[in-house]
Amino acid sequence: MEVSSLYVKESGAIKRAKGSLLVAESIPGVKFNEVVDVRLANGEIKSGQAIDISAEATVVQVFGGVSEVDLADSKIRCKGETLKLPVSGDLLGRIFNGMGKPIDGVPAFVPEGYMDINGEPMNPASRRPPSEFIETGISAIDGLNALVRGQKLPIFSGSGLPHNQIVAQVIRQAAVKGKAEKFAIVLGAIGVSYDDASFFMKNLEETGALERTVAFINTASDPVIERISTPRLALTAAEHLAWQHGMHVLVILTDMTNYCEALRELSSMREEIPSRRGYPGYMYTDLATMYERAGRVFDKEGSVTIMPILTMPDDDITHPIPDLTGYITEGQVVLSRNLERKGIYPPIDVFLSLSRMMKEGIGEGKTREDHNNVFMQSYAAYAEGCYLREISTIIGAESLGERDKVYLANASDFESKFIAQGEFEKRTVEETLDIAWKLFSALPKEDLKLIKEEFIERYLPKQEASS
Amino acid sequence: MGKIWRVSGPLIVADDMRGSQVYEIVHIGEEGIVGEIIGLEEDKAIVQAHEDTLGLKVGEVVEGTGKILSAELGPGLVGSIYDGLQKSLLAMAEDMGSFLKRGARALALPRDTKWQFTPVVKAGDMVSGGDIIGTVPETELIEHRVMVPLGMRGKIKEIREGSYTVEETIALLEDGGEVRELRLMQEWPVRKPRPYKQRHDPSGLLTTGMRILDYMFPLALGGKAAIPGGFGTGKTVTMQQLVRWAQTDLNIYVGCGERGNEMADVLYSFRQLKDPNTGKLLKEKEIFIANTSNMPVVAREASIFVGVTMAEYYRDMGYDILLVADSTSRWAEAMREMGGRLEEMPGEEGFPSYLGSRLSSFYERAGMVECLGSPGRKGSITIAGAVSPPGADFSEPVTQNTLRIVDALYSLDVSLANKRHFPAISWLMSYSLYADTVSAWWEKLDPGWAETRMAGLKLLQQEAELEEIVRLVGPEALPEGDKLLLLVTRMIREDFLQQSAYHEVDTYCVPVKAGLMLKTIMKFYDMATEMLNAGKSVAEVRSLPVVYKISRMKDVPNDKMPAKAKELWVEMEKAVTTDKPVS
Ligand SMILES: Nc1ncnc2c1ncn2[C@@H]1O[C@H](COP(=O)(O)OP(=O)(O)OP(=O)(O)O)[C@@H](O)[C@H]1O
Ligand SMILES: [Mg+2]
Repeated sequence: MEVSSLYVKESGAIKRAKGSLLVAESIPGVKFNEVVDVRLANGEIKSGQAIDISAEATVVQVFGGVSEVDLADSKIRCKGETLKLPVSGDLLGRIFNGMGKPIDGVPAFVPEGYMDINGEPMNPASRRPPSEFIETGISAIDGLNALVRGQKLPIFSGSGLPHNQIVAQVIRQAAVKGKAEKFAIVLGAIGVSYDDASFFMKNLEETGALERTVAFINTASDPVIERISTPRLALTAAEHLAWQHGMHVLVILTDMTNYCEALRELSSMREEIPSRRGYPGYMYTDLATMYERAGRVFDKEGSVTIMPILTMPDDDITHPIPDLTGYITEGQVVLSRNLERKGIYPPIDVFLSLSRMMKEGIGEGKTREDHNNVFMQSYAAYAEGCYLREISTIIGAESLGERDKVYLANASDFESKFIAQGEFEKRTVEETLDIAWKLFSALPKEDLKLIKEEFIERYLPKQEASS
Repeated sequence: MGKIWRVSGPLIVADDMRGSQVYEIVHIGEEGIVGEIIGLEEDKAIVQAHEDTLGLKVGEVVEGTGKILSAELGPGLVGSIYDGLQKSLLAMAEDMGSFLKRGARALALPRDTKWQFTPVVKAGDMVSGGDIIGTVPETELIEHRVMVPLGMRGKIKEIREGSYTVEETIALLEDGGEVRELRLMQEWPVRKPRPYKQRHDPSGLLTTGMRILDYMFPLALGGKAAIPGGFGTGKTVTMQQLVRWAQTDLNIYVGCGERGNEMADVLYSFRQLKDPNTGKLLKEKEIFIANTSNMPVVAREASIFVGVTMAEYYRDMGYDILLVADSTSRWAEAMREMGGRLEEMPGEEGFPSYLGSRLSSFYERAGMVECLGSPGRKGSITIAGAVSPPGADFSEPVTQNTLRIVDALYSLDVSLANKRHFPAISWLMSYSLYADTVSAWWEKLDPGWAETRMAGLKLLQQEAELEEIVRLVGPEALPEGDKLLLLVTRMIREDFLQQSAYHEVDTYCVPVKAGLMLKTIMKFYDMATEMLNAGKSVAEVRSLPVVYKISRMKDVPNDKMPAKAKELWVEMEKAVTTDKPVS
């Protein structure tokens, strides 16, 4: 954050303090939504934000646990500036806190400029449709929910599920087929435990990616208000690297649930009319203005891809946090406690997961000609198997017909052979597709109706003589 | 000139605004961001800012423009892409690169393009509002019919054939000694519906190329439809399919609070894809509005009205227009956002109490009408709106209010989408009140349509009931007749209703093919029933080669389907007769 030693203006009398809201006499020159300093009677300085300004009064929300008594004799000081991040190619390799202050002990760099952390909306007409397949080496993602550059694809997880491992695996393995280009990773850690933050840092260090990484870390013990700025700082850094330095940037934001909780907290302190379950009505738009910063544009080389992690409260996908996120992002990778219990890693629920950008990124010349067909047929077969599994829990598997038994067995094979893989196993997309074909070969051939006949000819393993 | 008195999010109160009017457009602050007056109290104006207000200060200038929020109407609209306030996004991309700057302006219609104007009236003719006075070839598919602006009348004093920009004078109109200049461009306030002579009932099928719509739950020209569904269930893809293949004259896509990448995708593909009927590029018959979720919220509220005003303008020329809005829920949320700031009494879930009336004021602009002016002509607007219910829970206010208004409902089912059954339109929950309206249309093309449709829907209903039994006793325990029914309904679901938007052939299915496909499956049911009666088992029937061939009908090009159907029918008839002796 830009540290200016001079305050521009200081408030006169405080008229009223209510909860964390401070109503002061109008401060000339204060900007709407400006972050201000509030100097309490005891000399302590807190930060706050001007959330309502008028010729009669300035309303400031003070952050970080204050009481009305503390606020009564306080002073508000403002700089006439909204939040900006100093940017430079030298951001790489650096670690900052949730207000953008370096916390790695390395001296500050000379900035190329200052960027408003809210960014500017991309012109939809300038967007280049994302179409470059990122090979993550994970079958459940590459085969069925492929990620492309410029996409925003979150991981919907639950507490205790291996979302961190999966994201670390993606960071380790991700590559665009046939290309070696300038890439960078931006990590925004929001209200996470120290362990979570250091898990990523260690992983990045081990893969030698640390010098290509910028991290913004707001831990659980840091002020709540900084959770609002942390992801925005991360995205601002990512945009700078992508649009000014032509890099392909992967932004990891974890845990966005903490961000949303912070948003709710601030909103309820402002006494705004809540929407579902106490979350503010503008949460959709608020999240969207961040996630929409992913993408590519025609007149620039780089790209911003966002992979946020969020934990679903009570594993409930209809909870407002995952729900609104799903309405914004271009799909989601959903982790399942059920698969996790079965010992399957990565425990990706492929039914609930989705990648909306997949179709642009796959096919001939990108992955393989049969990819889309394999994807559809895999879903159809697995859905059939899971349906039969459900029925057979009541009636017993032995009362199923022959054909149904084949599908039932196929669903288990799909989980243990296709979805499951090692944490350090990197499969090429061809390997992934070939596993699917091997599973198809157990099914009646005439059921493969979602696949072009020429692909069946070409890719279906020929039946072994023994059968 | 006034000044800012208060800023609270998108709500601005300006002082010294005496003489302003409600709905007047103002420019705010140094950057001149756009706002709209929504209330006046003495000399204060309450303004909703259509752009981000971050960093504004008390005391900055607020300047009235004397104009109310209006759309520019004239040649050059088709093929364009606008933000929610009808600023040309292509022009802005050219002027300032890939990111939108606050306060940036761009006119809707290019001022330097010359259009070839051919008059159809002559000097001395008496004309009035809505009369067509000439034409301009706007795109390869749209002939722009230049109309006398509504409310004007008089004698044509002079009319000029030739090449003109939208601002140049093409005709002089004399009314009671006063002479007025007519141009290719006119304006219309977006919140006010354009009038027409008379309203008619919706009629005729709006062909969409989607079987579950056209055949099962048809949409009529001039109709109103809603597509509610949880995230990822297929609202956007359905809307995109609609504007891709609908056999209407002009389509308007309003992307309202949704994703930028999706817009990029439609924009890009519409520059490559061709209309199946005319073979021309789709962009020749489309207008886009893209006010994505990261663009100012309040402009979302305007975007819908800007879109429907353009739709009415082309309707008035005598065209059939389809307007899709993705998503009306984001639009409603924009109203909620403003309502909250104004400290209005909130209704359900914080939405303003006028949510229902605002929604119907939008959908009511759909319809089939007799246009004003001569020559006499009919035009229509069909509206399809996406609804995004939180938690896919349809009991929420936007869905409920919408259901009261629309006559066709395409209800998206999360569990179908999860299984990748697309379109995930539930055949049990959806309906169309236009089935009777279009039955004459269908029966002419496909005699027996109504009956086959009902039979198909009934089988699916029976399947749902049987399904409960299957869950208790398993599929094997069912009598053969029921097993066959399940086999046939599976065929209806998978080989008829399921239709991938990304399949090169199946993405667009003509009504004739749709009819033949379902009839072939029903024919199979008859044949199989006969075989069962003759002692065959369902397992044997299922293994007939024709079952596989039916599952491949989707791959058959539209024009080859009649021949294919014939072939399959012959095969089925043979199967029955060759089996007969066995029994
Ligand atoms: N008709 C279809 N054919 C093939 N795939 C489809 C079809 N409809 C939907 N899909 C698949 O489902 C995905 C989600 O669809 P879509 O983006 O339309 O959902 P949505 O309802 O608009 O979701 P949101 O509310 O989050 O915007 C698509 O990316 C596509 O993969
Ligand atoms: Mg959508």
